[in-house]
Amino acid sequence: MQEQPQLPAWPGPGLTRVPYEVYRDPALYEAEQERLFRGPAWHFLCMEAELPEPASWRTTHVGETPVIVSRDGQGALHAFENRCAHRGALICLGEGGRGRRIQCVYHAWNYDLEGNLRGVAFEGGIDGAGGMPAGFDKARHGPRKLRVAAWCGLVFGTFSPDVPGLEDWLGPEIRARLARVLSKPVRLLGRHRQMLPNNWKLYVENVKDTYHASLLHSFFTTFRLNRLSQEGGVEVAGSGGHHVSWSRMLTDRASDDYEKGGLRSHKEDFALADPRLIRGRDEFGDGVSLQMVTVFPTFVSQQQQNALAIRHVVPKGVDRTELLWTCYGFEDDDPELAELRLLQANLVGPAGFISMEDGAVGGFVRRGVAGAAGLAGVVEMGGAGTESQRGRATETSVRGFWKAWRAVMGL
Amino acid sequence: MSGLQDAVDGVLARYAMAIDDDRLEDWLELFAEDCCYRIAARDNVEAGLPVSVVYADGRAMLADRVAALRRANVFEAQRYRHVVGRALVEAGPPAAARAGYHVARIMREGDLMLFSAGEYRAVFDEALRISEMTVVYDNARIDTLLALPL
Repeated sequence: MQEQPQLPAWPGPGLTRVPYEVYRDPALYEAEQERLFRGPAWHFLCMEAELPEPASWRTTHVGETPVIVSRDGQGALHAFENRCAHRGALICLGEGGRGRRIQCVYHAWNYDLEGNLRGVAFEGGIDGAGGMPAGFDKARHGPRKLRVAAWCGLVFGTFSPDVPGLEDWLGPEIRARLARVLSKPVRLLGRHRQMLPNNWKLYVENVKDTYHASLLHSFFTTFRLNRLSQEGGVEVAGSGGHHVSWSRMLTDRASDDYEKGGLRSHKEDFALADPRLIRGRDEFGDGVSLQMVTVFPTFVSQQQQNALAIRHVVPKGVDRTELLWTCYGFEDDDPELAELRLLQANLVGPAGFISMEDGAVGGFVRRGVAGAAGLAGVVEMGGAGTESQRGRATETSVRGFWKAWRAVMGL
Repeated sequence: MSGLQDAVDGVLARYAMAIDDDRLEDWLELFAEDCCYRIAARDNVEAGLPVSVVYADGRAMLADRVAALRRANVFEAQRYRHVVGRALVEAGPPAAARAGYHVARIMREGDLMLFSAGEYRAVFDEALRISEMTVVYDNARIDTLLALPL
C-alpha cells in the first residue's frame, strides 16, 4: 500500500503560492511517478528522426520508468517498458539497436518489437529436465505497453488507457506552435546531457517563467543588445499545463540593425568582437526570434533564433534531474544556415550564453528552502490566474503548471 | 621529434595552468587568430553529429566567450584543476596531437568533483599556437553547467 502523501494546506490566493514541500517530499515524488508519469498524461519519448529505420528501437524514460520505443518491420511505432517480464532486468542496455527481436542479457528471454514475449530460453528444459511448466502462457507475461502517438515527428506515449488522444491533449494552439517549427524533414545535429541538482519541477517552472529571462540572463543586456525593442507574449493552454512564450525582435528583418541596436556601443569594449552568432535568419518568415513551447509535464520545444532543440526533463530522484537536449536542423538547410545553427548552439545548452544559469538556479532553490518546511514561494506576477498575457513580466504559465499538476495529482 | 614533443606538452601545460589560475586572457593568447575551438561530447563526435556545447570559430569568438564569463554569465565561484597526460604527437611539424585530461571542479564552498575527463585533439601552427582544439569529453553528462573552458 502506497502511503498517501501529506501536503500542507495549499495557501492562496488562487495559485499564487507554491509550498516548498513539492520539491522536497519523497512521498510526493513517488506519488508523481504513479499518478502523473504512469497516469493520465502523454509523455515525450523521442523524435521520429531519432528512430528512422524499420525494425529498430531506442531507450528512453517516462518519469523514472525505463521505456523502449520501437519501429516494427512495417515502420509502425510502439513503446513498452524496458523491463524483462522474467526478473525485471533492463531488456535493452544502452541507447538502442536494430533487428526483429530484443533479447534480455540475463536469461535470454526475447521480445518482438511490439513488446510481446516471444522466447523463453530452455522453455522445454534440457534433456527433458527442468523448463517451464506446460501451462506457462507467454502471452500473459510481458512488459507493460504504452499507447503511442506522434505529432510533427515528436513521439509521445502514455501508460493510461483513459487519457484522450495526443492531438486533443496538445490542443489546437500547441499543435500549431509545434507545427510552426517542425514542418520539414529533420536533420539531427546532436545531443547534450546535463544533470541538474534539483527536483524536475524547478526546471520546468524555469522554462515557463518569462519573468526571470532578462533578469537572470544578462548576456544580451551586457553586450548592449537590449535596445532592440521586442514584442511578445505568453499563451497558456486551458488545462494550464502547456504554454507558449514568444518574442519578436523587431530588428530581425535587417541584420545591420543589430549593430545600430547595440553592437556599435559607445563603450567599445562591451561589444561582441564577433557578432556572427547573434545574427539570426528569419527562417519561419514571421519575425518571431524566440518560441518556447512546453507540453505538460516534461517536454520543451526551443527556438532561440535559429538554434532549435527539444529538451526532455527526466526525473532521477527527488532532487536530481537529467536534462536531455536534442539539437536539430532540417534536411534542406543550406550550408550557411547549417553553420549558423552550430554557432547559435552557443546561446543555449549546458554552456549556453543565455541558458547556463538555468542549470544552477534550481539548485539554489533546493538549497535555499532546506529549512523552510511549511513555507511557500510566491508566484503573483501578472495576477492570480492562468490566462494568456502580453508581455513577459508575468508568471501566468507557472501558475498554469501548478493548476495542471494539482489536477492530475488530486491535491 | 623530442623537441616537438616537449613543445606540444609545454603548450598544453600552459593551456591548463592558465585556466586553473583563472588567467583566461593568457589562455586566449595560446590560440591562433583563425583558430577553431570546440567542446563536444564523445557520443556526438563518434556519431558524426556536429553540435558542440562550446564552439568558437576564430579567436574573436573565443574572446567573446571569455568576456561573457567575466561580465555577463552568472555562476557560483569555482575553479578547475587540470591533470593533462603526455601528448601523443601524431604529425608535425606543424604538429597534431592528442592528450588525455582530467578536470576536477572545486566550488567555493569546498565541494570537489571529477567534473570531466576526455581528450584534447589539437593542431598547432608553425609558431606552435593552437589552430584547432577539440575537447572531446567522455562524461556524457555535464553536472549543473559548464562555465569555464575545459
